[in-house]
Amino acid sequence: MKRRTSAYSIIAAGLFALGTTASASAMDLAGKTVEWVIPFSETGGSAKWANFFAPLLSEALPGNPAVVVKFMPGAGSTKGANWFQQQKNGDGTLLFGSSGSTQFPYLLGDPRVRYEYNDWNPVMASGTGGVAYLNASAGAKYDGSANNLKDMTYIYGNQGATRLDLVPALAWKMLGMKVEHVMGIKGRGDGRKMFESGEATIDYQTSSSYLKGSAGMVKDGKAVAMMSWGALDGDGNIVRDPTFPDMPTFKEVCEKTDGCETSGEAWDAWKAFFVAGFPSQKLAFLPNGTSQDVIDMYVAAFDKIKGRSDFAEISKKRLGKYPVFTGAAAKTALGKATQVPDSAKTFVVGWLKDEFGVQLKK
Amino acid sequence: MEVFLEAFPALGSAFSQILQPMVLGYLVLGVMMGLCVGVFPGLGGIAGLSLLLPFMFGMDPILGLALMIGMVAVVPTSDTFASVLMGIPGSSASQATVLDGFPMAKKGMAARALSAAFSSSLFGGLVGAAFLTLFILVARPIVLLFKSPELLMVSVFGLSMVGILAGRIAIKGIVAAGLGLLIGTIGEGPFNGELRMSSYDYPYLTDGLKLVIVGLGIFAIPEIVALLRQDKAISERSALGSGWTEGVKDWWAHRWLSMRCSIIGVIVGVIPGLGGSVVDWIAYGHAVQTSKDKSGFGKGDVRGIIGPESSNNAKEGGGLVPTLLFGIPGSGSMAVFIGALALLGTGIDVGPSLLENNLDFTYSIVWLLALANVVGTILCIALSGTISKLTNIRFALLAPFIFMIIAFAAFQSGQNLMDLVALFTIGFLGILMRRFDWSRPAFLIGFVLSTPVENYSNNANQIAGIRFRDSFEAGMGYVFSPIVIILLIITLVSVVVGLRQAKNILAEGDVPSGGKRAPLIFLLVVMGFILYALINTATIPDYAAVDRVFPVFVASVSLAGTIILLIQMMISKESHVLFADRENGSEANSNVHGLWPTLAWFAFLLILTSLIGFILALAIFLVAFLRIRASLEWLTTIMYAAAGILFMCFMAWTLNRDFPPGVLQSFVTLPWPFT
Repeated sequence: MKRRTSAYSIIAAGLFALGTTASASAMDLAGKTVEWVIPFSETGGSAKWANFFAPLLSEALPGNPAVVVKFMPGAGSTKGANWFQQQKNGDGTLLFGSSGSTQFPYLLGDPRVRYEYNDWNPVMASGTGGVAYLNASAGAKYDGSANNLKDMTYIYGNQGATRLDLVPALAWKMLGMKVEHVMGIKGRGDGRKMFESGEATIDYQTSSSYLKGSAGMVKDGKAVAMMSWGALDGDGNIVRDPTFPDMPTFKEVCEKTDGCETSGEAWDAWKAFFVAGFPSQKLAFLPNGTSQDVIDMYVAAFDKIKGRSDFAEISKKRLGKYPVFTGAAAKTALGKATQVPDSAKTFVVGWLKDEFGVQLKK
Repeated sequence: MEVFLEAFPALGSAFSQILQPMVLGYLVLGVMMGLCVGVFPGLGGIAGLSLLLPFMFGMDPILGLALMIGMVAVVPTSDTFASVLMGIPGSSASQATVLDGFPMAKKGMAARALSAAFSSSLFGGLVGAAFLTLFILVARPIVLLFKSPELLMVSVFGLSMVGILAGRIAIKGIVAAGLGLLIGTIGEGPFNGELRMSSYDYPYLTDGLKLVIVGLGIFAIPEIVALLRQDKAISERSALGSGWTEGVKDWWAHRWLSMRCSIIGVIVGVIPGLGGSVVDWIAYGHAVQTSKDKSGFGKGDVRGIIGPESSNNAKEGGGLVPTLLFGIPGSGSMAVFIGALALLGTGIDVGPSLLENNLDFTYSIVWLLALANVVGTILCIALSGTISKLTNIRFALLAPFIFMIIAFAAFQSGQNLMDLVALFTIGFLGILMRRFDWSRPAFLIGFVLSTPVENYSNNANQIAGIRFRDSFEAGMGYVFSPIVIILLIITLVSVVVGLRQAKNILAEGDVPSGGKRAPLIFLLVVMGFILYALINTATIPDYAAVDRVFPVFVASVSLAGTIILLIQMMISKESHVLFADRENGSEANSNVHGLWPTLAWFAFLLILTSLIGFILALAIFLVAFLRIRASLEWLTTIMYAAAGILFMCFMAWTLNRDFPPGVLQSFVTLPWPFT
């Protein structure tokens, strides 16, 4: 009997020891699988982004868990985000990636949005930039302002009024250019093809696609670079994009153009949506209610990835020369991406209705 | 000529890269993995490629490339198994193969059909690669000629194939296509995002239905149910020898047809935006139109296999052009392919600069694809004798497992229980269309082309409007380019010739007539849906008028069609082909089981899944079905069911997928795979 009891106590002690190791090794994900949920299909930019980080993250997390990217496409990413809002397993085995296409419906009050960014814990953010360019005949009249560009009609292949294309569309509108939007384009690659074949006469690309696909046209004189959207400095001011230091920003072009203001509600709205869509385009989140230990572990892991000696080299191709924010900086990025003054929202919603007939409020 | 001279050294360097033992080894590995995924209907290249992605990072670029290409290339070859043996389109690339392949399997000529298909695939793949080697050098300006009006005309040309596949009554085929087009418009409109035939309260439909679900539902479910009701093997007589040499001879006898269809495959594959999903139909149409004796099509004419199968492998090569030269993926798997290229860290950017800087790399891809075709075909032919024996097994033993795989495949597209509901609903529509001799191919073509036709017509219309405001000449020059005019003529000819021939091509087989009531009720239900679609889309407010035009137009035409049919039905005798109904005649007499009890089995699985989740429901379903319907012994029942469940779990585990949860799972947390 006695023996038995001691046997039990040994087992109990063992279990206890196991229990403590388990809780102490909340910081160790060995043998576990981290699911990184992306609310888009396997084919999008977010898929490339997550696939790039996943193996690096596996190496950097304590215990080297398997990191698998899972795709949950639907309703322009709101389906996956709504799902993530319901998740509570904050043990570090679930990560979510959002992008500008998730931020915009949230900002615009899309009726499908049932998620709240402020509930989530950002651990990493990365951004990009964008460049607008004109065809050769319009480019010939371009002098750093849009003053000579106002008497033409431009054609632009648009992916959708409430998508990232909102940023160039509003910029051209503010410059007083008459742009006809051809809707339903499947991706910016198709938009570029329309521009190349002469169907479209104005286009925009994100930085890496511009470098890959459009810079050559500019070099050959088939297109003229008009402006970049710029980048944010530490104080939140728009400055020249470090990837395109010789290209004027939209802000500079606007200042030189008659009738375009870099203050007021239109400007505030443009800037707010630019910030949400570009410099803080992609964010990685842990779910609501994750403990600080786990958050710190992920921030440390992403810091480790950033600190890799080869990171600049391998990320240049995938992410462009843009900073990767972790921890507090990621939180700041999230704040900038999701907090837009009500006046700016109202302005954009009104403009989308007037220009495109899009009704967002039920 | 200069460009071609530059090509030779690049070609040489490409061959020296790919003809290394290590590279070939990885290629074979990729092919085998692709084969494992590809033989199961609905699990196409995207699933396979995603499976490979985690291993890509930091791999030797040429080895990684060989692995990936091996996987992509074999899918349009291996999916032929499902098309021919079970009448299930394995992927969008082999929809048309079903029309003649499956009837051949039923006649016990499965091995012959398969080897004809594989020979054609191999040949198509090689012709595609050879053509591409030269064409890729001059492709860029040609692709740029295809603007919105040209793309619209290609889509319309694809749509004109409905003419050939319309069946005995042309209007029925047109209404079937209209139905497909309308179902393709369900969800958010492309311009203003206005909802059509859906609501935010049921978010599933706002994304529209996926091709996998519609394809499997409209073709596979009706065939499964029909075979189950007869309760015998697929093949009506036991397979005649291995038959594979005959298939090769068949292909050789029609080698020029195969050649022409391969070229069609490359060219249509090159055009960005269509994703090659109509290539096989166009090739099928071509095979029919150029044949003298058309009476065998739809009943097991080997030319109906050679045509589409030659084109669908060639298409993969063609699809590389927009992918590599413009960075526009021609299909979903190509998009994943681009992503994986970046993961490999080749330092090579897909896009306009590729040809100038990395021609040898481009050639490596083209010829790896061709080589993968060869390896894949040899493996497939080697397997075909064994696999075609499946057609001799009593179907009741096969059906639950086929249904299990289809349900799993359908569930991959939206990872939602609603995927299964949609599959079941479309399947039921398919059963009725089959019963009343409404052309299912016409329906599917309509569905596939709905989005491109709507988008390109809107774009072309809008841009033309702007050009016409510039000047009349500019507008005319844009709309009526030489390519548009040529395509217009081809389309008109194909419609006229097609409609004249349609009576001979019985895509649904020979269906007897008799009894007015059932066909009339089905027509009225179809009419009801079209009317609903019309009212629903016509009430889209004016600010979103662009989202309204296309569905309203299609619904109006289809409604007119149904009204004509209704009038014809009123004045015709009940022996008229208009009243085709499979529940009369020989097929009905050989049915052992009724339609409703058979369907109830699948409804049972569906309802059970919604309650206790897929895997638990599947276990109960398999045991119940095998024991009760197939009347197996308890021991064998349990063994078969366990094997099925294990297989499903293994597939889900390797592909890293979960199963649809039910009500139970929202109360209790269960370990994987029961989640």
